[in-house]
Amino acid sequence: MRSRSSSTIRTHRTVTTVATLLAGALALSACSGGGDKSDTGKKGGGTTPTGSTVSLPELNGTTLEIAAVWTGQEQGNFKQVLAEFEKRTGAKVTFVPAQDPIINFLGSKIAGGQPPDVAMLPQPGAIKQAVRQKWAKPLGPDALKELQKNYSQGWQDIGKVDGKQYGVYYKAANKSLIWYNAKVFANAGAKEPKTWKDLLTTAQAVYDSGVTPFSVPGADGWPLTDWFENVYLSQAGPAKYDQLTQHKIKWTDPSVRQALQTLAQIWGKKDYLAGGQSGALQTEFPASVTQTFTGGDQPKAAMVYEGDFVQVNIGETKAKVGTDAKVFPFPAVGASAPVVSGGDAAVILKDSKAAQALVTFLASPDAATIQAGLGGYLSPNRNVPISAYPNEVQQKIAKALIASGDDFRFDMSDQAPQAFGGTPGKGEWKDLQDFLRNPSDVAGTQAKLEKDAAAAYGSGS
Amino acid sequence: MASAAAAGAPPGPAAPPSAKSRKSVTGTRRAVAALFLLPALVLLGALVVYPIGYSLVRSFVADSGHGFAGTDNYKTLFVDDSIRTAFKNNVIWVVFAPTVSTALGLVFAVLTERVRWGTAFKLVVFMPMAISMLAAGIIFRLVYDQDPHKGVANAVWVGVHDTFAPSSAFPNAHPGRESPLVAQQGGFITRATVRTGQAVTLPLVGVAPDQMPDGAKRAVAAGPEPGKITGTTWQDFTRGKGVGRLGVPDPSELGYAGMRIEAVKDGRVVASTTAAGDGTFTLPASADGARLRLPASNFRQPYNGVSWLGPTLVTPAIIGAYVWMWAGFAMVLIAAGLAGVPRELLEAARVDGATEWQVFRKVTVPLLAPVLAVVTVTLMINVLKVFDLVYIIAPGSSQADANVLALELYRRGFAEDQPGVASAIAVLLLVLVIPVMAFNIRRLRREREVRR
Repeated sequence: MRSRSSSTIRTHRTVTTVATLLAGALALSACSGGGDKSDTGKKGGGTTPTGSTVSLPELNGTTLEIAAVWTGQEQGNFKQVLAEFEKRTGAKVTFVPAQDPIINFLGSKIAGGQPPDVAMLPQPGAIKQAVRQKWAKPLGPDALKELQKNYSQGWQDIGKVDGKQYGVYYKAANKSLIWYNAKVFANAGAKEPKTWKDLLTTAQAVYDSGVTPFSVPGADGWPLTDWFENVYLSQAGPAKYDQLTQHKIKWTDPSVRQALQTLAQIWGKKDYLAGGQSGALQTEFPASVTQTFTGGDQPKAAMVYEGDFVQVNIGETKAKVGTDAKVFPFPAVGASAPVVSGGDAAVILKDSKAAQALVTFLASPDAATIQAGLGGYLSPNRNVPISAYPNEVQQKIAKALIASGDDFRFDMSDQAPQAFGGTPGKGEWKDLQDFLRNPSDVAGTQAKLEKDAAAAYGSGS
Repeated sequence: MASAAAAGAPPGPAAPPSAKSRKSVTGTRRAVAALFLLPALVLLGALVVYPIGYSLVRSFVADSGHGFAGTDNYKTLFVDDSIRTAFKNNVIWVVFAPTVSTALGLVFAVLTERVRWGTAFKLVVFMPMAISMLAAGIIFRLVYDQDPHKGVANAVWVGVHDTFAPSSAFPNAHPGRESPLVAQQGGFITRATVRTGQAVTLPLVGVAPDQMPDGAKRAVAAGPEPGKITGTTWQDFTRGKGVGRLGVPDPSELGYAGMRIEAVKDGRVVASTTAAGDGTFTLPASADGARLRLPASNFRQPYNGVSWLGPTLVTPAIIGAYVWMWAGFAMVLIAAGLAGVPRELLEAARVDGATEWQVFRKVTVPLLAPVLAVVTVTLMINVLKVFDLVYIIAPGSSQADANVLALELYRRGFAEDQPGVASAIAVLLLVLVIPVMAFNIRRLRREREVRR
């Protein structure tokens, strides 16, 4: 779940300009695709130039549509992957920019009789919904074979509904990362923490040096849910995490209380948050990143928590990822460090040979390797060589994700009903914002969370 | 909905001629009339009547789209907290936004009439109308930004505030590890009492290097002096090393120049001083046996301004943005009305010795009453549907507090996948607009009768 609100606004513009851009983008991608080839050729140092590990049928003359919510750079990079597919098969693929929530966007497309062939769905819940509405079509044998070859069981399973494979997680997000301003850490003599206790010590050291430790984007609700999920997953363990995700235990559970109390050790300290609680509540996600990496060695904050996509926002500042902006995995609150992830799965909506071929291609390391080289992208595909990522930070993040094997957990709020886990100003988003406003009210927050969860899960949307 | 009424009006005047023609030879005339009306009727039916009808039907169907829901969706309207908040805010909007806009418009219209550059002034006031709601929203999002360096509202506010109560030099200073100081009333006080001939250390941490006062020099440990209390207060933090040696001034550590130090005995201040550039200070013998306090005035936080977009002020703030846009609209309409007011009446009142205020209050305003009513009612209809400004200006964390019905409708329908409830809200909005519309139509009719 990334900068949701902004992407909805942005897509409107994209729709109007996409026609003009498309021609240019395709021409562009053709050139850079060529550059890529020689690149991977050098690294691969053996096999065929593009590392053709997957066999695809000839599809001359067929046209395909693929819908996703990606905009800007991300969309451009993905189009390069599509260009490679076009080159190999002769099919023509059109990128359809969608709006968030994509499931509603698809709903109106399908009602209008023009569903795209393939769509990128961000949440397991959305896949389930698409299957229940009979929109999604299961994967064919070729795609299935490719998937099983390249993906760990955990990543296969979250694309399954009722035992049938529908989704291929093409893109993953590692949401268990804390980014920090390296200069501030050096000045404060602080070290990368491994445990929650270390994190608090580090925060105090940073605070003693005269810099506010954390930047928390409270104006957006989703980063707050991600904070909570990391603490909860590590503290209460994966089993409880799954139960809470499915609302089999209540939000009034003692484990939730403990997690909120742990969070309050940071959220409850006005001096630890850039702008205090009220300032944090008016900070949006992009600003929370930029304010951590601008202002020389006196930024507004030293650390910002969020997933790998933070790099995109760091790119808007002068800071360099890897030297000025560094990253450490979310520290272990309980027994082991959490790995909370997200991702986008390719799902077929109009079954055809071409659609199956496209999904097969997306499940192959070939497709992922191209986009990995372009940056800002993470693949759950374990056969993508770590060296395909452009820099050390990316490689570190990718390694952490692959190493977690099947112990990762998918973003909890992404799996909850939209009304609870995915609507600005409502449900979990709102309740955690209220908690950030008043972090001493643990019991009241729990009661509100439970009330909203009960209403949302009850209606079974 | 306003457009529906406007579009619906033309068939009205068209009716009388057709009524006359009905008396003509055959029904052919009627058929011709119907033929001419058909395109308009089809368009109206498809674009206005059908959507309204379908919204009504949809509001009785469950969110899934299957099955009759009875009045469940309408029950939600009265039970759901966020819809109730939206409703409450809509009431605030309808009461304040049109009246304030109209009042301001009236003032502008009356005053610009008497200014030489009136037209230019009117042009400026009317200009926001040329901006789209979206752009206005983005502008005001910035105006209300919390950071005084970005938001002009807070820049002014903080500027005024700081003129009277400047912030201090050491806002975030706090005791480090194993400190001899404890917090008290926003300041810090030594745990133990001090004696003459003693050199006291008062180390703190947490002041950013760029916030250190300009006069700060390398901190020096004060030597003891008989008959006096000496000491040092400094930033016990070495960049890159953490505290360095704890409780001892290290070579690169700076003194707290200008830090105020008070000696407190039994709750009374017996002596006070301020630290020199290197952090050293001296207190007279009268401070013997007192505890040393760094009072709260040293640590006052910089004033952060008003959180305009916080939960309490967000609705008034957005109404302010709305008034900025629409006061110009009100002004232009009222100015047009004012042009039609007979000058003789104003002259007569003045000749009779009325003050300007009396002329305004007793003559101008009553004569303008019909125009004022039109403007207020038009704005009311407009305000009931307000969406864009709220959607754009309110940050995510206070969107729920700024919620209005149109925004809630959008969220239910397009973000939460509850088209049933969304349709019910749409019907509620329609019901709310109807009395205002009826008032407008009645008044129009009355006016037409008066003219005839």
